[in-house]
Amino acid sequence: MARRGRQLRALRKAFQLRCIARRTSAIRPGDILLFCTQRNELTRLPFFLDYHRGLGVKHFLFVDNASDDGSTGYLCDQPDCSVWRSEGSYKRARFGMDWLNHLLARYGAGHWTLTVDVDEFLVYPHCDSRPLPALTDWLDASGVKALGTLLIDMYGAGPPGETPYRAGEDPMRAAPYFDAGNYQFRRDGRMDNLWIQGGPRQRVFFADAPNRAPALNKIPLVRWQRGYVYASSTHSLLPRGLNRVYDEWGGERPAGALMHPKFLQMLGEKSAEELHRRQHYANSREYRAYADGAGRSLWTPASTRYTGWRDLQDLGLISHGGWL
Amino acid sequence: MSVGFILLAHTNLHRAVALMQWLDGQGAPVAIHVDRRVPRAAFAPVERAVSETAHATIAPRRRSEWGGFGLVRATQGAAERLLAQRPDLTHVCLISGACLPIRPLSELRAFLTAHPETDFIESEDARTGHWVKAGLSVERLTLRFPFSWRRHRMLFDAAVGLQRRLGLSRSLPHGLTPRIGSQWWCLTRATLEAVLRDPRRPRFDRFFALSWIPDETYFQSLARDHSRHLDSRSLTLSKFDHQGKPHSFYDDHLGLLSQADHFFARKIWSGAGGLYRQMLETGPPARGHARCRSHIAERPFAEVHRQRSTGRPGLLGPGRFPCHWHSAQHQTPGPYWVFEGFDALAPGWHRSVHARFDAAQRGQGGPKVISHGRLFAPHRVELAGDRRVWTGNIPANPQLRDRDPDQYLIALLRQARMGVSGFQIDVEDDVRLRRFVLQDPNARILRIADHWLLRLSRTARGDMHRLAQLAQGLAPGDPAELAPARAPAPAPKAQIVEIALADAVADPIAALSQATAQGWGGAAFLGQVAAAAPYAISQVALAMGHRDAARLREAERARAVRSAGAVRAMTISA
Repeated sequence: MARRGRQLRALRKAFQLRCIARRTSAIRPGDILLFCTQRNELTRLPFFLDYHRGLGVKHFLFVDNASDDGSTGYLCDQPDCSVWRSEGSYKRARFGMDWLNHLLARYGAGHWTLTVDVDEFLVYPHCDSRPLPALTDWLDASGVKALGTLLIDMYGAGPPGETPYRAGEDPMRAAPYFDAGNYQFRRDGRMDNLWIQGGPRQRVFFADAPNRAPALNKIPLVRWQRGYVYASSTHSLLPRGLNRVYDEWGGERPAGALMHPKFLQMLGEKSAEELHRRQHYANSREYRAYADGAGRSLWTPASTRYTGWRDLQDLGLISHGGWL
Repeated sequence: MSVGFILLAHTNLHRAVALMQWLDGQGAPVAIHVDRRVPRAAFAPVERAVSETAHATIAPRRRSEWGGFGLVRATQGAAERLLAQRPDLTHVCLISGACLPIRPLSELRAFLTAHPETDFIESEDARTGHWVKAGLSVERLTLRFPFSWRRHRMLFDAAVGLQRRLGLSRSLPHGLTPRIGSQWWCLTRATLEAVLRDPRRPRFDRFFALSWIPDETYFQSLARDHSRHLDSRSLTLSKFDHQGKPHSFYDDHLGLLSQADHFFARKIWSGAGGLYRQMLETGPPARGHARCRSHIAERPFAEVHRQRSTGRPGLLGPGRFPCHWHSAQHQTPGPYWVFEGFDALAPGWHRSVHARFDAAQRGQGGPKVISHGRLFAPHRVELAGDRRVWTGNIPANPQLRDRDPDQYLIALLRQARMGVSGFQIDVEDDVRLRRFVLQDPNARILRIADHWLLRLSRTARGDMHRLAQLAQGLAPGDPAELAPARAPAPAPKAQIVEIALADAVADPIAALSQATAQGWGGAAFLGQVAAAAPYAISQVALAMGHRDAARLREAERARAVRSAGAVRAMTISA
């Protein structure tokens, strides 16, 4: 029932979408597709596109939420992007998920789909030597329908306000540090998904209320089928069985990470804007905390510098899950 | 000596064609079989490529579904055609379209020249069941399998269940032993012809047609019957994972494949352009010898298998969350020490241990000594060295810790896997954690018996009136709160060593030294801590009706005498 409800919502919200660059006829069977909502991310887009093209994503499907920084035009000029524009409320479209659910239902079925934000970068075992289709072929052969990931917040050595970033640069180099062991795990009985909290946001912004820290569990890579629907951001899906991406009997199933170099210079300006718009989760509590803490450094001597997927594998933040 | 190849192809035909062209370029005859279900349009390029080669031929096409007899029929047809067309062939190798040569063909030829009479086919007794990684073993032959596993899974399972319940079983015709092994073999012409021309073949074929995955049993069982010299191994490197499907090889496996002594490897991911370029264009690297010990570094395969099936101890991650009734969820990564009551005996003792070892360890490798304080004290977390964040950025945040004390401890221990960790615990500390530690086989608990008396007398500070109040609130009648070890059930799984309270009071320095030596294997503790163990414990004990009150009084007196002696000695020397 919940699934039907979300599907109907997605259909209703689909009327807000207006296609301004349609290249979907270029999608071939077996292509890996990326779905993304963006607003005024012109600085981040060039590297984001290059990174995921390098992994083997064949086509990008963007929802542009009323951008006014030129990013709309930039995306429309890309040969492998299709763009829909929406002037509607991000919050009332359940933080963009209704729009993406509609596009996923329409174009995703039968494909491996990657649903991420512009500041999220998929990392999986062997990603430096094997493209994404190697992983998805192996997942197919193993009968795995979705890949679970941990969202790993990244930050620089100084406060976010002093972590400069220029378009085209690798943001994971600009903000190379992360928390290696500060994560708590629970199982959410309603949706059967893991509920992971922790990382620098909890450590610094939510120190006095760690229970309210943002969720870090995401399931961005799914072999989409008709009838699937994201329930709450990309934290969980319906039908529920898709959320069981973790092993319950002591073993390790394949799992990746979404590197999240969010804490860059633009964050301060963005926080102010987002606060003004009040379009984010839980009354933008998070953005209020960032705006207050923009001058605070997230770095400590116990922070770990990111050098590649092997670090994460050794730390246990990702698992090869038997993939030699 | 002349070796020919049967090449079975289903998908990624361009890769199979490239392999065929490479073999052809080396002057080796190939019979390529393409699954009959492959549509004409996809088959046409294969036909075209074959017509351009000198030594390749197309085998009669059969429907060859995985797990069915079609694969055996396809192999039989291809072998018959190959042997008929090339009377000079002495050996035939069965390979697949997802194989790649990992050694030059000249080395295979030299190897077969050295073993002209040997059939290389893995052929293990199916009844022992050792060979099969996952799924049915000898039942593949003794049961009948009329339904496809891929297309009619429910019927397949139902048929197996029904036959088991009815006790149906059949045995191989003519008393043959059921054998099982890798599908990929290299047989001599004599053996292969004997199998194909066997007058009993119609009966064998009928039998195997109803079996399950006969491509791993048909030739394996029959070759044994005809072979003069059979070596039970495959010349093709193929490893199965925990699900029983073959591991794929990618560009980054070039090093691994170059170390193997096998002549072919399977299966190669179709997108591994680097491997295809290296092996088919540059040519596979020569080993410089014609041996095939067919062993390979087993460790990486065993390692990934272990991690997939049992996981890393103490790890919780996006791919591992053992359900709550599974003991592995609350598993600690390794042994650690818990010191119970020592903080009451000598507050801050852990700091001097830390300082002592920290100075000694600076600039040294080796196992690290980690001496935490009371990690689970109310409203504070005492990390070793009074750090505010631990390795991995685990903060000393009591609110965070109290969400799930077990996970907090496991996370701290996982970050300190290379060292020996110990921490202090006291009666006031989190009960959930104390219960957890008692049930953890990795915990080594060193406990001062009835250490709550120490805490109590310290709190009372000799004020007997206050003590009476405290004693009423803290009567030792609540075993879960005060002495969890005495709770009747469940029996603790931790290793527990107890020091009598009177001994600890009589000679606190000795007690602390013993704790240091046990927990961290360090030398005897030289006692920078003035053993600030409280006096008047015997009075507290007496007030509470404790059985050891008299012994405690004796211990206190002995200690007073000894410290008086020490003071006198110091005065004289001064």
